[in-house]
Amino acid sequence: MSEPVALKLTAKDFKSTQEVRWCPGCGDYAILAAVQGFMPELNIPRERIVFVSGIGCSSRFPYYMNTYGMHSIHGRAPAIATGLSTTRPDLSIWVVTGDGDALSIGGNHLIHALRRNVNLKILLFNNQIYGLTKGQYSPTSEVGKITKSTPVGSADAPFNPLSLALGAEATFVARTIDSDRKHLQSVLRAAAEHEGSAFVEIYQNCNIFNDGAFEQLKGPATRDDSLIRLEHNQPITFGRDGQFCVVHPPGGFGLEVRETAATAAEEIVVHDATITDPAYAFALSRLPDLDLRNTPIGVFRSVRRPSYDSVVQEQLDAARATVTEPREQLFAGLLHSGDTWTIS
Amino acid sequence: MSKKIRQLDRVVIRFAGDSGDGMQLTGDRFTSETAQLGNDISTLPNFPAEIRAPAGTLPGVSSFQVHFADYDILTPGDSPNVLVAMNPAALKANLADLPRGADIIVNTDEFSRRNLAKVGYQANPLEDDSLAGYTVHPVALTSMTVGALADHEVSKKDAERAKNMFALGLLSWMYSRPYESTLRFLERKFATRPELVGANVAAFKAGWNFGETTEDFAVRYEVKPAKMPPGTYRNITGNAALSLGLVAAGVRSELLVFLGAYPITPASDILHELSKHKRFGVLTMQAEDEIAAIGAALGASYGGALGVTTTSGPGVALKSETISLAVALELPLVIVDVQRAGPSTGMPTKTEQADLNMALFGRHGEAPVAVLAPKSPADCFYAALEAARIALTYRTPVLLLSDNYVANGSEPWLLPDVESLPDLRVDFATRPNGEDGATFLPYLRDPETLARPWAVPGTPGLEHRIGGLEKADKTGDISYDPANHDFMVRTRAARIESIPVPDLEVEDPDGDARVLVLGWGSTYGPIGAACRGLRQRGLSVAQAHLRHLAPMPANLGEILRSYERVVIPEMNLGQLAHVIRARYLVDAISYNQVHGLPFTANELETTLEEVLKNV
Repeated sequence: MSEPVALKLTAKDFKSTQEVRWCPGCGDYAILAAVQGFMPELNIPRERIVFVSGIGCSSRFPYYMNTYGMHSIHGRAPAIATGLSTTRPDLSIWVVTGDGDALSIGGNHLIHALRRNVNLKILLFNNQIYGLTKGQYSPTSEVGKITKSTPVGSADAPFNPLSLALGAEATFVARTIDSDRKHLQSVLRAAAEHEGSAFVEIYQNCNIFNDGAFEQLKGPATRDDSLIRLEHNQPITFGRDGQFCVVHPPGGFGLEVRETAATAAEEIVVHDATITDPAYAFALSRLPDLDLRNTPIGVFRSVRRPSYDSVVQEQLDAARATVTEPREQLFAGLLHSGDTWTIS
Repeated sequence: MSKKIRQLDRVVIRFAGDSGDGMQLTGDRFTSETAQLGNDISTLPNFPAEIRAPAGTLPGVSSFQVHFADYDILTPGDSPNVLVAMNPAALKANLADLPRGADIIVNTDEFSRRNLAKVGYQANPLEDDSLAGYTVHPVALTSMTVGALADHEVSKKDAERAKNMFALGLLSWMYSRPYESTLRFLERKFATRPELVGANVAAFKAGWNFGETTEDFAVRYEVKPAKMPPGTYRNITGNAALSLGLVAAGVRSELLVFLGAYPITPASDILHELSKHKRFGVLTMQAEDEIAAIGAALGASYGGALGVTTTSGPGVALKSETISLAVALELPLVIVDVQRAGPSTGMPTKTEQADLNMALFGRHGEAPVAVLAPKSPADCFYAALEAARIALTYRTPVLLLSDNYVANGSEPWLLPDVESLPDLRVDFATRPNGEDGATFLPYLRDPETLARPWAVPGTPGLEHRIGGLEKADKTGDISYDPANHDFMVRTRAARIESIPVPDLEVEDPDGDARVLVLGWGSTYGPIGAACRGLRQRGLSVAQAHLRHLAPMPANLGEILRSYERVVIPEMNLGQLAHVIRARYLVDAISYNQVHGLPFTANELETTLEEVLKNV
């Protein structure tokens, strides 16, 4: 194969003519800019890139990308994208969704897309609130959330999106933050390189209905002691001075945060996103406290498993390889198969 | 001993037994043998939704009726001339449908006190005179089968299970059926278990020989081949024909066919059949639910495939939001509804035509789609092709309303020439269509079809966004402009209304009928048979059958107004009649029945005769 020709696209090439209509200050602007800035790196012609979305603030995303795009209906983007991806393996398909779209009304399609390992890059903008419908609690809102629909506090426990994705055995699972453009783009890069479903949770601030939800991870005073930046093959330590680390306590099921000074170096977990058993990445996904301390970001899991699309394509190719005659002739043979009789 | 041979012009046989007795297979084989002989055929399988209802009970009875004749027939027959009853439950459940004088072949081995008690027989009906009006042939089917297989290396259970082949052998002898296809079938079916091929063939032959030697069957019958147009035929069910129609649509459009489906009775067979045809570029996906099934199909259409989803009524309800999206996106999509008795789970293995309202009106917003319905099992092939043609040409969802009766019933099908099937190749958009030569306008319509360009991802220079939000005319940009919305709603309606469909044809051989019977879908056969019956008795009646329900044929109003009375028989509570009355201001008579079974020609004939008397 010859080297691909450099397309020399820029972020500007990915901006559509549509006026962006999110609320001023919305985290979606930062994500849009990061994605538009990253797209040229793919070196894929714009016509072979498709953004598919459902309903919600985040789902307006396709209108702003100068690629092919479909703004579909609430929760169904993974299903629609599955049909597209299965029949068009030549395309780079990105699903943009939110916490309500992906985890509430569309929860079923999300887990099945991940289980099948359809070749989709799924970006879940998690702002822990319903924005477009003006401020009801979402399936990722904390228990006791007071909103218009829960005046005395929500009674139901939230989903942890990464735990859910890992439970569905997603082959690629990552988390990043709207405001950290460099990190966001590094995660997009890893997701784009992954064959199969790539699930990326992006913490996104809704400055109108849930402002500051992720402030613990963003403010200069708290972020360094709260964020765990996962690096493949590196010991997991964090904190302003690397004063915290992650260990696997003997006899326990999960992972725990300890003080680095009191921990032997060999006890510190070395991050490995390629571990086949999802239990490790699941344990990582359980680390954050309610106040968001100990929140890992980066690639939790990246394992190889044939994508649904590639298996289907192989079956299709194998069946077609048996065909020697023209389709019309082959079809005439099918019509005449079984018990036939002729009247003259 | 040589037996008398008597010629008959038509026979109706019903095979009935327990769900586990293999009655569907027996009926199917008898039908196939009959088809080989060249009779015209129509069949009616009737079985419970339970896979194995409690053995020997009335709810567990499964039956298969086959009507064959030396002339063209339209229905599986109102009442059987012959009932094969494999147990007391099968006798009890079917006896009321039998005319006096009918032949009943019973498996006496199953008429134990316990089995009789299970279905509430106080006394053995074979021993009292309760069956005096019928010709009863008591046959020890099970024990004779087991006896015939004494030398075969099969378990007692497998030997007993072969009793349906004994029955088939006997009936094949009685009606002089050619049985080579059945022997070939058994070899295929039990290819991995040769001992069962031997046992089943031996059981079949034992049944045949029993007929030849026993004195109980003094007469053998023949039904001569029917006069049918020359050509090659096969016996086909509606679901099989519909599947082949979809494969044909892929062949003739040169597109990938993508079926998204979720298993549901009675539509699952289409998924099973299409999953075998990858060689033709047919991809099937068993989705996680009905909504994903249509979503994936729509996604495939967006990418340039022919997207199809198949289901039954409850599934259409779930898909309705996505159908409206497809209306807004203006992409091709075929939705197949194999109707069953509702509401809710209703009677999943029984037929009904009660989804017409849902097909025509069951969506949010003004969301018109094209709707058509096949009239017979073989017609399902052509209806599927027509649905694909409309979807591809007009870039619209099309609802195809089959039902359990045509889906599982079968008839001989004169196989078409592949070259004679419509050319369905499409013109994808390849270059900008704006006046400046550089802009692409995804909603700039073809003035003739009102269809918008189909620009699939991968086409350079045509990158565009579509979605469920209202779009501005031509540009497809999001628009909340009041006048634009009004224009788009009216245009989407006009796009469906202006699809040209063939004029409605009226069958009125006498030319002086004052009453028109209007039907749609699977009632074609029973209505036709009823009209024939009336005409044979010197009464004039006209028949017209709607295949296109949206849009309706342009000449429909004129036809309706040219008769004194219009009668609309439907297996619902008058859904088409409602539309006809509303659209054409015609005081149509609605005749309805929702038994979960097709109309019998007899009851329709009686009803129509009443109407004729009163004009």
